[in-house]
Amino acid sequence: MKIYIPIDSAAVSIGANETADAFTRQDAIADAEIVRTGSRGFYWLEPMVEIEHENRRVGFGPVEAADVPELARAIADGGFESHPHYLGDIDHMLRAQGQRRMTFARCGVIEPTDWSAFVARGGSAGLRAALDNSGQAIVDAVKESGLRGRGGAGFPTGIKWQTVHDTASETKYVVCNADEGDSGTYADRMLMEGDPFTLFEGMAIAGVAVGAEHGLIYLRSEYPDAERVLKRALDVARAEGMLGDSVLGSGKRFDIQVRMGAGAYICGEETSLLESLEGKRGLVRFKPPLPAIQGFMGKPTVINNVITLASVPAIMAQGAPMYADLGINRSRGTLTIQLCGNVARPGLYEMPFGVTLDHLINEIGGGSASGRPVRTAQVGGPLGAYVPAAHFDTPLGYEEMADKKAMIGHGGVVVFDDTVDMMQQARFAMEFCDIESCGKCTPCRVGSVRAQEVIDRIIADDEREANIELLRELCDTMINGSLCAHGGMAPFPVLSALNHFSEDFGVRREAAVTS
Amino acid sequence: MARSNGKADPEVVAICARHQASDGPLLPILHDVQAHHGYVSDEAIQQIADELNLSRAEVFGVVTFYHDFHREPQRAHSLKVCRAEACQSVGGRDVWAAASTAAERGQGDVQLEAVYCLGNCACAPSVQLDGRTIGRMNPERVSALFSAGSGAGVAS
Repeated sequence: MKIYIPIDSAAVSIGANETADAFTRQDAIADAEIVRTGSRGFYWLEPMVEIEHENRRVGFGPVEAADVPELARAIADGGFESHPHYLGDIDHMLRAQGQRRMTFARCGVIEPTDWSAFVARGGSAGLRAALDNSGQAIVDAVKESGLRGRGGAGFPTGIKWQTVHDTASETKYVVCNADEGDSGTYADRMLMEGDPFTLFEGMAIAGVAVGAEHGLIYLRSEYPDAERVLKRALDVARAEGMLGDSVLGSGKRFDIQVRMGAGAYICGEETSLLESLEGKRGLVRFKPPLPAIQGFMGKPTVINNVITLASVPAIMAQGAPMYADLGINRSRGTLTIQLCGNVARPGLYEMPFGVTLDHLINEIGGGSASGRPVRTAQVGGPLGAYVPAAHFDTPLGYEEMADKKAMIGHGGVVVFDDTVDMMQQARFAMEFCDIESCGKCTPCRVGSVRAQEVIDRIIADDEREANIELLRELCDTMINGSLCAHGGMAPFPVLSALNHFSEDFGVRREAAVTS
Repeated sequence: MARSNGKADPEVVAICARHQASDGPLLPILHDVQAHHGYVSDEAIQQIADELNLSRAEVFGVVTFYHDFHREPQRAHSLKVCRAEACQSVGGRDVWAAASTAAERGQGDVQLEAVYCLGNCACAPSVQLDGRTIGRMNPERVSALFSAGSGAGVAS
């Protein structure tokens, strides 16, 4: 018998290793094999334990180390279905939530570096399909799928790949942006810790498509567990012939190396990331030239987020039309939503675009964790707007959110209850912009400092109305004058706080909404 | 090119040699030097500059740009406390305040550092002690990480 327990760092952060250790000491199930997997993303149920039963995976959670002896006896004598933490069929749970696991099909299911389990569950099929096609055919499939950059910008992936494909160069690169710095996001981490081969497969497909032989993963240093898994998985992938001089026996070369970031949020911006990879300060570059034409070391470079690249294998294996059939309007396929903050059921929810925030937070997420009313959710990371509860009927789609002056970003949704002070949140947005600014352009570097000073005057009730007006003007300057999204979008959480929660700024509501 | 005075640190030379052939070797070198020495000294900056044929200013600029690199010796234990929004929404500000108070009192051999997201948002508030992420933190537990002169052993 196999017992599956996550080794995902978030599950471990709340006791999964202790739970796993406790299982190894149970005589009742002495013959059981403990398999450490990624997480399914049901974080309110972690540490979660699964077993195989009648060809299904059934689960228990949360399972603390102290719960293990009793659970082990229940598993041994077959009476586990009446266990108080019994969850039933995990796939059924996923379906009941409306989840559609494409990118995360194997995460939480298999041991992350078990190649044969990866292949048995459909892994490498996308790369094999890609190797049977021309580079242009792969690019066309990615275009047809409607896949857009999941890192935040939402740029059509196929068009980016086309540019690299069409740019003549002996040397090209595929760079994976694994600098997942946005608060409220962890999908990249989960995938790298739980199913790293899928990321390698997506990068190899990109390499085959555009004619690149070198891949680099720029990983943030806050993810030491992901680094260990990736490096171990790279060794396995080379030994199994997925990477190296002849990818899956095709004669095409592709290999990957992992590079560690050094704690700079700005290096999630693609040109800053490239500077950092080249060993420089992570200063944002002017565009043009686009990285697709002059990227890493001045060579044509595909640079995509982890989830974007990891979405490609399923597209190649199951067909672009299948992927494009999911979603709404110009947002096709699945979104890996990271629901967290003050919410009862935080986790990873991969579902087709189009779910509303209301359904996500209040139905699937179970409302706030504190039991108090949900007041707002910040969507899309620290540069994303605070969406008021009144706008929770908005479906999650790129344009749909943009219509509400909000964004999906990397898919993070951070829930706040009614104890949140929106003026403090606005101040924090500018403080964060200041701390993490690369310093290249003035609106970001200086504007974020001035904005904190202005907000402090508003807090102190010093010429409040005039300073609110000044803050809006400053936001306008930053939005229109900054070189990259860091300074250009840091005003969005601030303006959303001003527009939707003016009462927190000591302004009477009727006088407040000017934009 | 002016080479550094004094004797070369063989470890820094070896680290540079190990990475020199790769494209953009400076960050991997700095990570390895810091892993070996605990920080990046002024002497190491000069030596790396010499080995890579860069100016001292270029290496200095990179070292000081990134939050991870330290120019001074650090305390025995590293405690990173997340100050970002997802942690704020479930009491992260109180965790940071408690950690700051303990650090200001000089409790424990612990280097406190603010970070902005550890990717543990679904189990927030989060801290990372010597590379190990700990979730569902609260002010009492984070204060305990500083006690007994050591951050280790009281984390679970």
